[in-house]
Amino acid sequence: MQPILEIVNLNKSFTMHILQGKIIEALVDVNFSVAEGEIIGLTGKSGSGKSSLMKCIYRTYLSDGGKILFQSNEGTIDIVAAGDNEILHLRKTEINYCSQFLSVIPRVSALQVVAQPLLKKGVTADLANEKAMQTLKALGLQETLWSGFPVTFSGGEQQRINVARAIIDPPKLLLIDEPTASLDPKTKEVVIEMLLALKKLGSTIVCISHDEFTLDHLVNRRIHLDKGIIIN
Amino acid sequence: MKHNSENWLLKVEGLTKIYGNPTQTSIDKTGPLFDSNICPDSGSIVACAQIDFELYPGEVLGIVGESGSGKSTIVKMLYFDMEASGGKVLFNRDPYIGKNILNLSNQSKRAIRNHLMGMVYQNPRDGLNFRFTSGGNIAEKLIMAGNYNVGTIRDKSKQLLEKTEVPVPRLDDLPAHFSGGMQQRVQISKAIANHPPLLFLDEVTTGLDVSVQAKVLDLIRELQQELGVAMIVVSHDLSVIRMLTDRTLVMKNGRIVEKGLTDQILQDPQHPYTQLLVSSIL
Repeated sequence: MQPILEIVNLNKSFTMHILQGKIIEALVDVNFSVAEGEIIGLTGKSGSGKSSLMKCIYRTYLSDGGKILFQSNEGTIDIVAAGDNEILHLRKTEINYCSQFLSVIPRVSALQVVAQPLLKKGVTADLANEKAMQTLKALGLQETLWSGFPVTFSGGEQQRINVARAIIDPPKLLLIDEPTASLDPKTKEVVIEMLLALKKLGSTIVCISHDEFTLDHLVNRRIHLDKGIIIN
Repeated sequence: MKHNSENWLLKVEGLTKIYGNPTQTSIDKTGPLFDSNICPDSGSIVACAQIDFELYPGEVLGIVGESGSGKSTIVKMLYFDMEASGGKVLFNRDPYIGKNILNLSNQSKRAIRNHLMGMVYQNPRDGLNFRFTSGGNIAEKLIMAGNYNVGTIRDKSKQLLEKTEVPVPRLDDLPAHFSGGMQQRVQISKAIANHPPLLFLDEVTTGLDVSVQAKVLDLIRELQQELGVAMIVVSHDLSVIRMLTDRTLVMKNGRIVEKGLTDQILQDPQHPYTQLLVSSIL
């Protein structure tokens, strides 16, 4: 079967103009592919290039060279070379990224933050809110917090809102950075279960994690990075 | 639907504004490479030059840069507040398709402004007539687009004030008696009154206190989602850009030095100036 994501000779470096043009190599000749419906665990020490790789796939980072071939509903797209508007379209419809920390929007309630991806797609407010409530309930976020502003929440509460936001509208490809890092064991299991349910719905997931429990129970295959190089 | 890169709403090519009497080489001798927008030979000021970009329907485009980088000049030319020195602007709406709207008659330019564009200025005094009531200001825009029924105009004005969270009983009050945040919301009501497909926002939250700022930004975000209007957001505040925009242009000395997805500009800036700008965020 054709892989949904194929990464070919991917390189990424950062030129730090503030440091007299010093170059930092983040990824060196990275090659791998991901089959549809697979859950890949990206592992490696801090600074090994896991997040850089993920951000290259989401195009938050511009790659220096190589290819990131994504099987979209409209054919194969090379994310490295695609136009900005093509990427925005993909992000709206097929690829979702869930960062490690919730980037809060001022004065927007937890429920609204979670419902937003659906609202953006044109789902009615009632339906989106209902779905958001279900998701937050399943993640065990207490109801009194739903209309609160996430900026004042604890790390674990923010993380659950972030995960809820990522999975409320199942994407074709989910890129998720440390989804269980600041959660207690019980909530961790709930998140793992929800991601597995997402896989059953047809999503492919690339997940960064340091947590052995999460890796053991969630991923099909691990890709280990060291200094920007894949070591398996 | 296949995403089509040719279905833009607005296409800007080589847009230029120069003050004074430029020479042939004024543009070549100014810009970020020279860290100046003053022509060394003629003393003319190149406010902006070689500006190229496209805007898609429903898209929010940010323009960032320091004071004097030319960002406001761009939107002022696009809204016909200021005459361009050169360049081409195409607006993909009947009956203007294929025409450089910069060269249209004043009458056509007014028609575009009244029906197809809205503008929110940094200073409410630029966008509102302070001798008119808040309702009168909104009515002005509605009348210019061909609404003449007083009852309908009042109803519509009330709806707009409600939508922008201005207390409706203040319909007949003068904007001078409003707070800064409220004046800004009346300006937004006026700008969206005729459901334009394109809205310009020039430093709309600058000078407002943080809680009012958050409220105005929230309003803009909601309206954008609800109305699907395309926006050009000019701001020197990168948090505003991060919160509102999909793509961003970075300006320096009257030129675009970098353009890209907003998260890419903020997290993987390529140009030395953008790197400096991003590392200056509080």
